[in-house]
Amino acid sequence: MKRYLLYIILTTLLLHACRTDEQLVYMEEENIPSKGVDGDIIGMYVLNEGNMGSNKCTLDFLDLQGNSTGEVVYQRNIYAERNPNEVKELGDVGNDIQIYGSRLWMVINCSNKVEVCRAADAVKIGKVDVPNCRSLAFHQGYAYVSSYVGPVTISQDAPLGQVYKIDTLTLQTVAVVTVGYQPEEMAVLDGKLYVANSGGYRAPNYDTTVSVIDLETFQVERQIDVAVNLHRIRADRYGQLWVSSRGNNRDITSKVYWLSKDNQGNMQVSGAIDVPVSDMSIVGDSLYFYGADFSAVTYDVTHAQGIINVRTHEQVTQQLSDAEEFKNIKTPYGIIVHPVARDFYVMDAKNYVSSGELLHFHADGTFDYKTRTGDIPGHAVFLIRKK
Amino acid sequence: MEKEKWTFDNSVQKVLSACFMLLACSLVSLAQQPIHSRFDSIQRVDEVVITSRYNHQEVIPSQTLSGEQLEKLNAHSVADALRYFSGIQLKDYGGVGGIKTVNIRSMGSSHLGISYDGIELGNAQNGQIDLGQFSLDNVEEITLFNGQKSAILQPASDFGHAGAIYIRTRAPRFEAGKNYHLKFKAKYGSSDLFRFSALWEQRLNARVSSSLSAEALTASGKYQFRYLRKKQDGSVAYDTTATRQNGDIWAFRVEGNLHGMMTDGFWKFKVYTYHSQRGIPGAIVNNVWRRGERQGDHNVFTQGRFQKNIGDRFVTQWVAKYAYYQTHYVNRDTTQLQVDNTYRQQEFYLSTANVYHIQPWWSVSLSYDFRWNKLNATMREFVYPHRYSNYLSVATALDLNWLKMQGSLLATMVKDHTRYATSPDAIVNYTPAYFVNVYPFSNRDLSLRAYAKKSFRMPTFNDLYYTDIGNALLKPESALQYNVGVNYDHRWKQGWLRYVHIQADAYYHSVHDKIVAYPKGQQFRWTMLNLGRVHIKGIDVEGEMTLVPVRGLLVTGRLQYTYQDARDVTDVRDSYYNDQIPYIPWHSGSAILNVQYGDWDLNYSFIYAGERYNQQENIKYNYMQPWYTSDLSLAYRYGAFRLMAEVNNVFSQDYDVILNYPMPKRNYALTLEVKI
Repeated sequence: MKRYLLYIILTTLLLHACRTDEQLVYMEEENIPSKGVDGDIIGMYVLNEGNMGSNKCTLDFLDLQGNSTGEVVYQRNIYAERNPNEVKELGDVGNDIQIYGSRLWMVINCSNKVEVCRAADAVKIGKVDVPNCRSLAFHQGYAYVSSYVGPVTISQDAPLGQVYKIDTLTLQTVAVVTVGYQPEEMAVLDGKLYVANSGGYRAPNYDTTVSVIDLETFQVERQIDVAVNLHRIRADRYGQLWVSSRGNNRDITSKVYWLSKDNQGNMQVSGAIDVPVSDMSIVGDSLYFYGADFSAVTYDVTHAQGIINVRTHEQVTQQLSDAEEFKNIKTPYGIIVHPVARDFYVMDAKNYVSSGELLHFHADGTFDYKTRTGDIPGHAVFLIRKK
Repeated sequence: MEKEKWTFDNSVQKVLSACFMLLACSLVSLAQQPIHSRFDSIQRVDEVVITSRYNHQEVIPSQTLSGEQLEKLNAHSVADALRYFSGIQLKDYGGVGGIKTVNIRSMGSSHLGISYDGIELGNAQNGQIDLGQFSLDNVEEITLFNGQKSAILQPASDFGHAGAIYIRTRAPRFEAGKNYHLKFKAKYGSSDLFRFSALWEQRLNARVSSSLSAEALTASGKYQFRYLRKKQDGSVAYDTTATRQNGDIWAFRVEGNLHGMMTDGFWKFKVYTYHSQRGIPGAIVNNVWRRGERQGDHNVFTQGRFQKNIGDRFVTQWVAKYAYYQTHYVNRDTTQLQVDNTYRQQEFYLSTANVYHIQPWWSVSLSYDFRWNKLNATMREFVYPHRYSNYLSVATALDLNWLKMQGSLLATMVKDHTRYATSPDAIVNYTPAYFVNVYPFSNRDLSLRAYAKKSFRMPTFNDLYYTDIGNALLKPESALQYNVGVNYDHRWKQGWLRYVHIQADAYYHSVHDKIVAYPKGQQFRWTMLNLGRVHIKGIDVEGEMTLVPVRGLLVTGRLQYTYQDARDVTDVRDSYYNDQIPYIPWHSGSAILNVQYGDWDLNYSFIYAGERYNQQENIKYNYMQPWYTSDLSLAYRYGAFRLMAEVNNVFSQDYDVILNYPMPKRNYALTLEVKI
């Protein structure tokens, strides 16, 4: 008997010890005890960045239509399963996600590509190679992709960045224009593309400008001097631009600036609000934001959150939510607000090297639910029902 | 007269027992090969006679690979050889030039001290020693100690490690009637590897001999690797074979030694220089198959050691070292930030260790080390740190024949200075250690041992001062270790079974204030914090056996198994609380089988690393399959010549040791060696 037992143990150990076929990692589904909201918004894609070199950029989908019992469903890691033949899956470090028409566009920063899928099911249509790509903007059938690196110069200085103009049907790059250093987000307003330049590769000599590109000629028209290390740029319904500056972690703190047209019709800096802004989402008159500013001098992090009224340029609340779950967010990394119901989602990147969380709050700030995401959730887009 | 007598008797006895212990650690000893075993035994006796009138051997035996055993492994570097030790995990980024670092018992590589001919190799910049840079060619013995080397005649800093590896290069030795010895070795293998080395040993006079060892290496670093993934139904999802790019390397090493003997003592002097230029292959991710990072190294160090008995009861050892390391890192990948940084490290080290024998069975020691490190870099906003470290140790050893004990206490004082930032306060740390070894039976075949010790590692210059990332407020990371073990050795002069060795250890370690990278709260900016806490439970088992089934046929086997349970217990609220820490397999092990018949020599080695996770959370996204490789070599000796053919990764397993760093498939090499 003893002998058999030993035999069984050894066999189990050996079987356990051996390799099996390497399988794709398939989707996980989680039912969330919350009722889906009826409306045009039927779901939300969440892009998880994944750590540099880990190739763990993954795509999650929150199905707001709900399952048979009406519960919201969170589908974790759907890309590999939908596109099993894609070698090494979605890629390394996702940095932006947008839907244009019926297509889902994803910027995969360290894989040097923009991935284009069907918006309905995330099945791949094609890709566009863009080195060190960062963010997306769309206008009249073209996608604009910012890239940290332009032509390499002989000097040791960092290269200027570029914006790629891509035909959204043929997925071909049709033009490239050189902008400031390490451009991040872009916004389209009145036929012009505004590009926030960070200069991240030149730290501490950060860039301070927004490049203005005329979309007719695709030429840089001028540069607007704003503040160091620019990041987000969003347009509101009053024709203003909201630009966040990350500061330099030393004497210059993170702030948010608004730009509006001067007498000549040129966008100019009109004011600033002295709060750190890491991400924002504008709905109607309300700019939802959260921010964290790290000081390399004191090693302290200053946190902030709230809603800014974009018409009055005043912060109307210092708190998006007083829920315990909101206070426990370790590293807020992205925020997105439902454009109609104004309930909102916050993405928590935790320690960057473990699974993040997606938290849902009602419009009044009360906590609804949270769910596990991939590594470093930071970017999300709503999927709107086709009319 | 009375005193003289015990000194003599004891020393003979100690020499014999020390020889026995050393021999017991080696498979080679029984390999009754005419030339080599004679060399080995002569060498062993020399070493012991010179260094110890008394027994300066360790209280707790170690794991050793030496001599022919090392030669027979298909190992390119010290790192490859260390895979055969229990408790060691190797991080291998793949290929000839890929960085290879080790950690011991899940404690992180900065806790491991690595000594080259008795003097520690340092890297104040990042605490990592790339063991891939150390060729096995001139290495005679590699020894691994858990805890510390439990001898008392050693530099003070050696009392502070959580684990230690001692690499000993070949000491000059000559056949009877010859004053020189020459050895040439050429190797050609996969990845366009070509390696040539030469050794010249010369007796200068009766008391002084010299050795010069030189080696050149080039390789394209190209090898095939494959990524195959299957769907749930078993059909192929994707299957890609590609060639590893940007892993080319050239390296050049020259090492000169002088060995001198004197009455009741010896001295040694070494100059070592290593130069290399290599590509850093980087991670293979979607859409990226080639990168543009390169590294150039220029390392020089010189060291001297002097040891002498003064009177019958006092031994003193003096050690000095100066090292200059230059690393040039360039990133020319046009899709990334262009980097061109040069780091220059300097180290000056001075140590004195002194032992006084109060009684033949009782000794005390006092050691003091001084170390100075400086780092310069061409980085922006660099603070140019330099560090003064002072180490003072007291130790005592008791040897009652059936019982050996050692206790030590090390005081460390470290003070950093930086150019622009305010310099952090001096760090003072006390680390005690206690070792005991018992021979319950008079034949000393069986021994039982235990140790408890505290150790710490200083934050590295990168942890503290790396522009934008470093945190000058860091505390040292500390470790507590408890270990119990048993050792059994037996030899037979006749019969088919000649030698059996088994050792097993069980341990519990805890790491406190573990230094981890932590997000600053905004857009991918990290800082270093004393955040982690890890509890480690483990078992190391090792066995060796020598058989002579038929006259002239010698079969030796070595088996090693490691179990590690290393859990992150930092914070219950973390999703990875109580999960196994990254890259530590629960089960790992190795096996070596060697068959020697006449002039033929066949060697098979097997390495196994079980399932593990590549990030903190033990979830399927981070899961990594076990990997295991089989290496084979066949050697034939003809007079002064030896020809060896080797096949590595015989079954061509596709595996990553580090996620997205694919390892080579099956590969080959051919070596020719001449001894004159």
